[in-house]
Amino acid sequence: MSVGAWEAFLLVLQRELRLSFRRPDQLLQPLVFFLIVTTLFPLGLSVQLSLLRDMAPAVLWVAALLSSLLSLDSLFKNDADDGTLEQLALSGQGLTVVVVAKTLAHWLVSGLALVLVSPIVGTALGIPTAAFATMLLSLGLGTLTLSWLGAIGAGLTIGVRRGNVLLSLIVLPLAMPLLIFGAGATDRAIAGSSAAGAVYFLAALCVLTCTLAPFAAAAALRITLE
Amino acid sequence: MWTWFYKLASPPYVYDVAARLIPWLFGVAALTIGYGLIDGLGIAPPDYQQGEAFRMIYVHVPAAILSVTIYTLMAVASAVALIWRIKVGHAVAAASAPIGASFTLMTLVTGSLWGKPMWGTYWAWDPRLTSELILLFLYAGVMSLRAAFEDPARGDRAAALLSVVGVVNVPIVHFSVVWWNSLHQGSTIVTLEGPKMPGSMLWPLLSMWLGFMLFYGAVLCIRVQGEVLNRERQSAWVREAVRS
Amino acid sequence: MSDFWSMGGYARYVWPCFGFAAIVVAWNIWAARRSLRAAKQRASRTVAMAASESP
Repeated sequence: MSVGAWEAFLLVLQRELRLSFRRPDQLLQPLVFFLIVTTLFPLGLSVQLSLLRDMAPAVLWVAALLSSLLSLDSLFKNDADDGTLEQLALSGQGLTVVVVAKTLAHWLVSGLALVLVSPIVGTALGIPTAAFATMLLSLGLGTLTLSWLGAIGAGLTIGVRRGNVLLSLIVLPLAMPLLIFGAGATDRAIAGSSAAGAVYFLAALCVLTCTLAPFAAAAALRITLE
Repeated sequence: MWTWFYKLASPPYVYDVAARLIPWLFGVAALTIGYGLIDGLGIAPPDYQQGEAFRMIYVHVPAAILSVTIYTLMAVASAVALIWRIKVGHAVAAASAPIGASFTLMTLVTGSLWGKPMWGTYWAWDPRLTSELILLFLYAGVMSLRAAFEDPARGDRAAALLSVVGVVNVPIVHFSVVWWNSLHQGSTIVTLEGPKMPGSMLWPLLSMWLGFMLFYGAVLCIRVQGEVLNRERQSAWVREAVRS
Repeated sequence: MSDFWSMGGYARYVWPCFGFAAIVVAWNIWAARRSLRAAKQRASRTVAMAASESP
């Protein structure tokens, strides 16, 4: 039975989501890490909420970045280890479809989870509710872009010794513009001025990576798998 | 002319040409850098705003241009190697990376030493400085990735893909002073109205730039010879080459 | 002449600046030659092993 690209995409997406929910500890780990990091900052600083507010966007974004790196490791690794990835590559659907499905599934369970939790964390860090819309939007766009950058990095480092260290080294320089604009957008929203410019830039980065990264990540997998 | 391009894909030809170019490139580089230093340090008039401190431009700007140019060349060589499967491309990319990284470091350090008297700080998180620092990390990532694979051919291809992905940072470095409010000075040489610098200051700068480019070429030739040998160790021509 | 060395008072920035540039230039030459030497040694070892293996 021949399967079209869209059906293949849905099948892989469903599989990924089902597998993720079967291992709740792996699912929750980045989220818990995110919560821990963001609560450690106020504890460590013991300053008034108003001062914490100045650092809040940066803290939020650095925590999001680091917890994404944690979860990226498993994006391709498990399937590469037991040979499933090679089977998927040989399936005739093209690696790109598989990569898009896997990365989207990854974002849904990690990036999106962070975005949904962020209002709680934001309140704890002193971010005013008026800035929440910008915060959610910028985190949403940013984590999606990050999932894609991470997919390229993960594809390049499967099966490499100390791959996670290398993964961080590869992803972080590419993610720095994201951090600058993401934190900058929330900063401006807190200050009350328009964050439109920064959000547009984040959206542009997101569109750029969503369109080009799948091919780069698929190429990376082809290099490491053959 | 196309036959020359075809020849460039041949490792023994590249090994030969590189060996012969080295003394010429070093020679002309030494002359242009020598002239640039003498003119830039001794003869060119001091800047009315910055005084003698402006002379740091004569290493900082050429280093900056080189850091970005070498990355671009590395990315192009990588792309050629990936698309047309020309292994010499990987050799050129692998050879260029450490040279480019060293020039990026030179840019950051000389810029930092220039920043202290001019802006009052050794560092600022401004767009151009930050994107140049990102460039250093990109070089480090490419070099580490290449070294992380046991199979060198796979390492070459992975590093090549990463260089191509990272080339997106190059226009950011260049245009950062145009797109954002930056502490760093804007373009003074490549502008629509021509260079904004007087000739007496510009000529030594151009000479240093040319000298550094030729120096890169010379060092590249030395490294490319080694990289080509590493990748072609099993071939017959290597037997002759090592005998010499 | 002392004017030259003092660089209008900026000497402690200007000379380390050029000094670091010189260090990078020197390192490049040294490191490149070292890597070529190592590559040649590895290549001659491979050639020697191949020669000793052939009947």
